[in-house]
Amino acid sequence: MKDRVLEKLSKKFKTSILAVEEFAANPKLYATDLVVTVKKSDLISICEFLCSDAELRFDSLRDLMGIDQYLPEDRYEVVYNIYSLRNNFRLFLKVKVDEHDLKVPTVVGIWPAANWLEREAYDMYGLVFEGHPDLRRIYMPEEFEYFPLRKEFPLMGIPGSLPLPKK
Amino acid sequence: MGFQGVKEGFITSRLDEMVNWARRNSLWPMPMGISCCAIEMMSFAGPRFDVSRFGSEVFRFSPRQSDLMIVAGTVTYKMAKVVRKIYDQMPDPKWVMAMGACASSGGMYRSYPVVQGIDLFVPVDMYVAGCPPRPDAVLKGLMEIQKKIARGEPPGQKVSYIDEGVSVERQGSRKAFEEV
Repeated sequence: MKDRVLEKLSKKFKTSILAVEEFAANPKLYATDLVVTVKKSDLISICEFLCSDAELRFDSLRDLMGIDQYLPEDRYEVVYNIYSLRNNFRLFLKVKVDEHDLKVPTVVGIWPAANWLEREAYDMYGLVFEGHPDLRRIYMPEEFEYFPLRKEFPLMGIPGSLPLPKK
Repeated sequence: MGFQGVKEGFITSRLDEMVNWARRNSLWPMPMGISCCAIEMMSFAGPRFDVSRFGSEVFRFSPRQSDLMIVAGTVTYKMAKVVRKIYDQMPDPKWVMAMGACASSGGMYRSYPVVQGIDLFVPVDMYVAGCPPRPDAVLKGLMEIQKKIARGEPPGQKVSYIDEGVSVERQGSRKAFEEV
Protein backbone atom coordinates (compact mmCIF):
# COMPACT_ATOMS: atom_id res chain seq x y z
CA MET A 1 0.00 0.00 0.00
CA LYS A 2 2.91 2.31 0.77
CA ASP A 3 4.22 2.20 -2.77
CA ARG A 4 0.76 2.74 -4.18
CA VAL A 5 0.22 5.87 -2.06
CA LEU A 6 3.61 7.28 -3.02
CA GLU A 7 3.04 6.48 -6.67
CA LYS A 8 -0.35 8.16 -6.77
CA LEU A 9 0.86 11.18 -4.83
CA SER A 10 3.99 11.77 -6.86
CA LYS A 11 2.09 11.33 -10.10
CA LYS A 12 -0.36 14.07 -9.27
CA PHE A 13 1.73 16.37 -7.05
CA LYS A 14 5.25 15.87 -8.27
CA THR A 15 6.48 19.38 -7.54
CA SER A 16 4.83 19.85 -4.15
CA ILE A 17 6.43 16.90 -2.35
CA LEU A 18 9.51 18.14 -0.52
CA ALA A 19 10.66 15.00 1.26
CA VAL A 20 9.67 11.42 1.92
CA GLU A 21 10.83 9.61 5.04
CA GLU A 22 10.68 5.87 5.32
CA PHE A 23 11.73 3.14 7.66
CA ALA A 24 14.83 2.25 5.65
CA ALA A 25 16.28 5.73 6.10
CA ASN A 26 15.00 6.57 9.55
CA PRO A 27 15.09 3.75 12.12
CA LYS A 28 12.91 5.76 14.49
CA LEU A 29 9.92 5.00 12.30
CA TYR A 30 7.95 1.78 12.13
CA ALA A 31 8.17 -0.39 9.03
CA THR A 32 4.77 0.65 7.75
CA ASP A 33 5.19 4.36 8.47
CA LEU A 34 5.35 6.89 5.69
CA VAL A 35 6.10 10.54 6.35
CA VAL A 36 5.59 12.93 3.45
CA THR A 37 6.57 16.59 3.72
CA VAL A 38 4.61 18.79 1.37
CA LYS A 39 4.52 22.45 0.39
CA LYS A 40 2.21 24.59 2.46
CA SER A 41 0.60 26.16 -0.59
CA ASP A 42 -0.52 22.78 -1.94
CA LEU A 43 -1.65 21.30 1.35
CA ILE A 44 -5.37 21.71 0.77
CA SER A 45 -5.40 20.20 -2.70
CA ILE A 46 -3.30 17.25 -1.51
CA CYS A 47 -5.57 16.66 1.48
CA GLU A 48 -8.66 16.86 -0.69
CA PHE A 49 -7.17 14.38 -3.10
CA LEU A 50 -6.16 11.93 -0.34
CA CYS A 51 -9.55 12.14 1.32
CA SER A 52 -11.70 11.81 -1.77
CA ASP A 53 -9.68 9.46 -3.98
CA ALA A 54 -11.73 6.32 -4.50
CA GLU A 55 -8.81 3.98 -3.98
CA LEU A 56 -6.88 5.69 -1.17
CA ARG A 57 -9.77 7.07 0.89
CA PHE A 58 -7.84 8.68 3.75
CA ASP A 59 -11.13 9.56 5.39
CA SER A 60 -10.05 9.80 9.01
CA LEU A 61 -7.88 12.47 10.65
CA ARG A 62 -6.50 10.75 13.72
CA ASP A 63 -4.31 13.51 15.07
CA LEU A 64 -2.90 16.88 14.24
CA MET A 65 -0.02 18.42 16.13
CA GLY A 66 2.41 21.27 16.02
CA ILE A 67 6.15 20.88 16.57
CA ASP A 68 8.66 23.57 17.47
CA GLN A 69 12.00 22.54 15.98
CA TYR A 70 13.65 25.79 17.14
CA LEU A 71 15.51 26.28 13.87
CA PRO A 72 16.28 29.66 12.26
CA GLU A 73 14.29 28.68 9.18
CA ASP A 74 11.06 26.73 9.01
CA ARG A 75 10.87 26.68 12.76
CA TYR A 76 7.47 25.05 13.16
CA GLU A 77 5.92 21.96 11.68
CA VAL A 78 2.37 20.73 11.54
CA VAL A 79 1.91 16.98 11.35
CA TYR A 80 -1.32 15.46 10.07
CA ASN A 81 -1.84 11.86 11.10
CA ILE A 82 -4.37 10.56 8.59
CA TYR A 83 -5.69 7.05 8.30
CA SER A 84 -7.43 5.06 5.61
CA LEU A 85 -9.97 2.74 7.17
CA ARG A 86 -10.49 0.90 3.92
CA ASN A 87 -6.81 0.11 3.36
CA ASN A 88 -5.72 -0.02 7.01
CA PHE A 89 -2.93 2.41 6.22
CA ARG A 90 -1.61 5.43 8.07
CA LEU A 91 0.10 8.42 6.51
CA PHE A 92 1.86 11.34 8.18
CA LEU A 93 1.68 14.56 6.23
CA LYS A 94 4.07 17.30 7.31
CA VAL A 95 4.01 21.00 6.58
CA LYS A 96 6.82 23.36 7.49
CA VAL A 97 5.89 26.78 8.84
CA ASP A 98 8.27 29.70 9.11
CA GLU A 99 8.42 31.87 12.21
CA HIS A 100 7.63 35.01 10.22
CA ASP A 101 4.62 33.53 8.47
CA LEU A 102 2.60 31.52 10.96
CA LYS A 103 -0.37 31.03 8.67
CA VAL A 104 -1.44 27.51 7.76
CA PRO A 105 -4.55 26.70 5.71
CA THR A 106 -7.19 24.90 7.75
CA VAL A 107 -8.33 21.36 6.96
CA VAL A 108 -11.61 21.62 8.88
CA GLY A 109 -13.47 21.61 5.55
CA ILE A 110 -11.99 18.21 4.72
CA TRP A 111 -11.90 16.52 8.13
CA PRO A 112 -14.18 18.18 10.74
CA ALA A 113 -12.11 16.46 13.45
CA ALA A 114 -9.44 19.08 12.81
CA ASN A 115 -11.49 21.77 14.53
CA TRP A 116 -10.35 21.23 18.14
CA LEU A 117 -6.94 19.86 17.11
CA GLU A 118 -6.15 23.04 15.23
CA ARG A 119 -7.34 25.06 18.18
CA GLU A 120 -4.89 23.14 20.33
CA ALA A 121 -2.01 23.81 17.94
CA TYR A 122 -2.98 27.48 17.91
CA ASP A 123 -3.13 27.56 21.71
CA MET A 124 0.24 25.92 22.22
CA TYR A 125 2.32 27.32 19.33
CA GLY A 126 0.43 30.33 18.00
CA LEU A 127 0.00 28.82 14.54
CA VAL A 128 -2.82 30.65 12.77
CA PHE A 129 -5.08 28.31 10.86
CA GLU A 130 -6.59 30.43 8.12
CA GLY A 131 -10.28 29.82 7.48
CA HIS A 132 -10.85 28.03 10.78
CA PRO A 133 -14.47 28.61 11.88
CA ASP A 134 -13.68 29.23 15.55
CA LEU A 135 -10.00 29.81 16.24
CA ARG A 136 -9.85 30.36 20.01
CA ARG A 137 -7.65 29.00 22.76
CA ILE A 138 -8.77 25.57 23.92
CA TYR A 139 -6.73 24.85 27.09
CA MET A 140 -5.32 28.11 28.39
CA PRO A 141 -7.53 31.00 29.54
CA GLU A 142 -8.66 33.42 26.85
CA GLU A 143 -6.67 36.31 28.28
CA PHE A 144 -3.35 34.41 28.32
CA GLU A 145 -0.80 36.13 26.10
CA TYR A 146 1.85 33.47 25.52
CA PHE A 147 2.18 30.19 23.65
CA PRO A 148 3.42 27.70 26.23
CA LEU A 149 4.86 24.91 24.07
CA ARG A 150 7.23 27.22 22.24
CA LYS A 151 10.80 26.46 23.21
CA GLU A 152 11.52 29.89 24.68
CA PHE A 153 8.62 29.65 27.14
CA PRO A 154 9.89 28.81 30.64
CA LEU A 155 8.57 25.62 32.24
CA MET A 156 7.21 27.42 35.29
CA GLY A 157 5.48 30.02 33.18
CA ILE A 158 5.74 33.78 33.31
CA PRO A 159 4.96 35.19 36.76
CA GLY A 160 1.75 37.15 36.84
CA SER A 161 0.58 35.99 33.41
CA LEU A 162 -2.13 33.78 34.92
CA PRO A 163 -4.01 35.68 37.64
CA LEU A 164 -5.13 33.86 40.79
CA PRO A 165 -8.18 34.84 42.85
CA LYS A 166 -7.39 37.01 45.87
CA LYS A 167 -6.99 35.20 49.16
CA MET B 1 -38.16 9.34 75.29
CA GLY B 2 -34.64 8.41 76.34
CA PHE B 3 -34.75 10.65 79.37
CA GLN B 4 -37.64 8.88 81.11
CA GLY B 5 -35.50 7.48 83.87
CA VAL B 6 -33.66 10.74 84.44
CA LYS B 7 -35.17 12.70 87.30
CA GLU B 8 -33.35 15.94 86.63
CA GLY B 9 -33.07 16.08 82.85
CA PHE B 10 -30.45 18.72 82.17
CA ILE B 11 -26.75 19.06 81.68
CA THR B 12 -24.62 22.12 82.12
CA SER B 13 -22.10 23.26 79.56
CA ARG B 14 -20.89 26.36 77.78
CA LEU B 15 -22.86 27.37 74.73
CA ASP B 16 -19.69 27.48 72.61
CA GLU B 17 -18.89 23.91 73.46
CA MET B 18 -22.39 22.77 72.62
CA VAL B 19 -22.25 24.54 69.27
CA ASN B 20 -18.78 23.18 68.52
CA TRP B 21 -19.89 19.69 69.51
CA ALA B 22 -22.73 19.95 67.01
CA ARG B 23 -20.47 21.39 64.30
CA ARG B 24 -17.73 18.84 64.58
CA ASN B 25 -20.08 15.89 64.52
CA SER B 26 -21.90 17.04 61.41
CA LEU B 27 -19.15 18.29 59.11
CA TRP B 28 -20.78 18.05 55.75
CA PRO B 29 -18.13 17.87 53.04
CA MET B 30 -18.20 19.61 49.71
CA PRO B 31 -16.55 17.09 47.36
CA MET B 32 -14.25 19.24 45.22
CA GLY B 33 -13.10 16.15 43.33
CA ILE B 34 -10.92 17.47 40.53
CA SER B 35 -8.87 14.42 39.63
CA CYS B 36 -7.73 11.00 40.80
CA CYS B 37 -7.74 11.78 44.58
CA ALA B 38 -11.52 11.91 44.20
CA ILE B 39 -11.52 8.13 43.80
CA GLU B 40 -9.95 7.76 47.24
CA MET B 41 -12.39 10.34 48.54
CA MET B 42 -15.25 8.14 47.33
CA SER B 43 -13.69 5.21 49.12
CA PHE B 44 -13.45 7.35 52.25
CA ALA B 45 -17.19 7.94 52.00
CA GLY B 46 -18.04 4.35 51.13
CA PRO B 47 -18.91 1.45 53.45
CA ARG B 48 -15.39 0.12 53.94
CA PHE B 49 -13.93 3.23 55.58
CA ASP B 50 -17.34 4.65 56.39
CA VAL B 51 -17.05 8.32 57.19
CA SER B 52 -20.59 8.28 58.57
CA ARG B 53 -19.02 7.10 61.83
CA PHE B 54 -17.88 10.71 62.15
CA GLY B 55 -21.09 12.31 60.97
CA SER B 56 -19.68 13.40 57.63
CA GLU B 57 -21.40 11.02 55.28
CA VAL B 58 -23.62 13.72 53.82
CA PHE B 59 -21.70 14.80 50.74
CA ARG B 60 -23.46 17.90 49.53
CA PHE B 61 -23.01 18.89 45.93
CA SER B 62 -24.12 22.39 46.81
CA PRO B 63 -21.59 24.62 48.57
CA ARG B 64 -24.41 26.35 50.42
CA GLN B 65 -25.08 23.27 52.54
CA SER B 66 -21.52 22.25 53.37
CA ASP B 67 -18.88 23.13 55.97
CA LEU B 68 -15.75 21.34 54.77
CA MET B 69 -14.31 21.62 51.29
CA ILE B 70 -12.14 18.64 50.37
CA VAL B 71 -10.00 19.76 47.44
CA ALA B 72 -9.06 16.41 45.93
CA GLY B 73 -6.91 16.81 42.87
CA THR B 74 -4.75 18.96 40.64
CA VAL B 75 -5.85 22.59 40.62
CA THR B 76 -4.98 24.45 37.44
CA TYR B 77 -5.07 28.22 37.15
CA LYS B 78 -8.26 27.92 35.17
CA MET B 79 -9.86 25.79 37.89
CA ALA B 80 -8.61 28.04 40.72
CA LYS B 81 -11.31 30.59 39.93
CA VAL B 82 -13.96 27.89 40.28
CA VAL B 83 -12.52 26.54 43.55
CA ARG B 84 -12.43 30.05 45.00
CA LYS B 85 -15.98 30.77 43.85
CA ILE B 86 -17.27 27.62 45.51
CA TYR B 87 -15.32 28.44 48.66
CA ASP B 88 -16.88 31.90 48.70
CA GLN B 89 -20.35 30.41 48.35
CA MET B 90 -19.98 28.21 51.43
CA PRO B 91 -21.52 29.64 54.60
CA ASP B 92 -19.26 30.46 57.54
CA PRO B 93 -17.69 28.79 59.43
CA LYS B 94 -15.95 26.71 56.76
CA TRP B 95 -12.88 24.51 56.67
CA VAL B 96 -10.67 23.44 53.80
CA MET B 97 -8.75 20.21 53.44
CA ALA B 98 -6.03 20.01 50.77
CA MET B 99 -6.10 16.34 49.92
CA GLY B 100 -3.03 14.90 48.25
CA ALA B 101 0.24 16.23 46.90
CA CYS B 102 -1.23 18.24 44.00
CA ALA B 103 -3.65 20.29 46.08
CA SER B 104 -1.06 20.81 48.82
CA SER B 105 1.92 21.85 46.70
CA GLY B 106 1.34 21.23 43.01
CA GLY B 107 2.76 17.74 43.47
CA MET B 108 4.54 16.29 40.50
CA TYR B 109 3.06 18.97 38.24
CA ARG B 110 5.81 21.53 38.61
CA SER B 111 4.82 23.39 35.46
CA TYR B 112 3.08 26.50 34.17
CA PRO B 113 -0.63 25.57 34.26
CA VAL B 114 -0.81 24.10 37.78
CA VAL B 115 -1.19 26.20 40.93
CA GLN B 116 1.66 25.30 43.29
CA GLY B 117 -0.59 24.70 46.29
CA ILE B 118 -4.17 25.83 46.87
CA ASP B 119 -3.05 27.89 49.89
CA LEU B 120 -2.10 30.56 47.35
CA PHE B 121 -5.77 31.46 47.00
CA VAL B 122 -7.80 29.82 49.82
CA PRO B 123 -6.92 29.40 53.51
CA VAL B 124 -6.19 25.73 54.23
CA ASP B 125 -6.74 24.01 57.58
CA MET B 126 -5.40 20.57 56.83
CA TYR B 127 -2.90 19.16 54.37
CA VAL B 128 -3.10 15.42 53.78
CA ALA B 129 0.05 13.97 52.22
CA GLY B 130 0.04 11.15 49.70
CA CYS B 131 -0.35 10.59 46.00
CA PRO B 132 -3.15 9.79 46.50
CA PRO B 133 -3.52 9.59 50.30
CA ARG B 134 -5.10 6.44 51.62
CA PRO B 135 -8.69 6.87 52.82
CA ASP B 136 -7.56 6.32 56.41
CA ALA B 137 -5.22 9.32 56.10
CA VAL B 138 -8.18 11.39 54.95
CA LEU B 139 -10.18 10.07 57.91
CA LYS B 140 -7.36 11.12 60.19
CA GLY B 141 -7.40 14.55 58.59
CA LEU B 142 -11.10 14.81 59.25
CA MET B 143 -10.61 13.78 62.88
CA GLU B 144 -7.92 16.43 63.28
CA ILE B 145 -10.28 19.06 61.94
CA GLN B 146 -12.86 17.83 64.46
CA LYS B 147 -10.29 18.29 67.22
CA LYS B 148 -9.58 21.82 66.02
CA ILE B 149 -13.26 22.63 66.16
CA ALA B 150 -13.51 21.10 69.62
CA ARG B 151 -10.73 23.40 70.78
CA GLY B 152 -12.64 26.33 69.37
CA GLU B 153 -10.01 27.39 66.87
CA PRO B 154 -11.24 29.68 64.11
CA PRO B 155 -10.96 28.16 60.63
CA GLY B 156 -8.05 29.01 58.37
CA GLN B 157 -5.72 30.13 61.17
CA LYS B 158 -3.67 27.17 62.26
CA VAL B 159 -2.02 24.91 59.74
CA SER B 160 -1.64 21.19 60.27
CA TYR B 161 -0.90 18.23 58.13
CA ILE B 162 -1.24 14.48 58.05
CA ASP B 163 1.96 12.73 57.06
CA GLU B 164 1.83 8.94 56.90
CA GLY B 165 -0.52 8.69 59.84
CA VAL B 166 1.24 11.28 62.02
CA SER B 167 -0.45 14.58 62.58
CA VAL B 168 1.60 17.70 63.08
CA GLU B 169 0.26 21.06 64.08
CA ARG B 170 1.98 24.38 63.81
CA GLN B 171 0.92 27.91 64.33
CA GLY B 172 1.12 30.53 61.64
CA SER B 173 1.18 31.02 57.92
CA ARG B 174 2.66 28.74 55.32
CA LYS B 175 5.83 30.80 55.20
CA ALA B 176 6.47 30.29 58.89
CA PHE B 177 5.59 26.67 58.33
CA GLU B 178 8.33 26.28 55.73
CA GLU B 179 10.94 27.97 57.87
CA VAL B 180 10.56 25.52 60.75
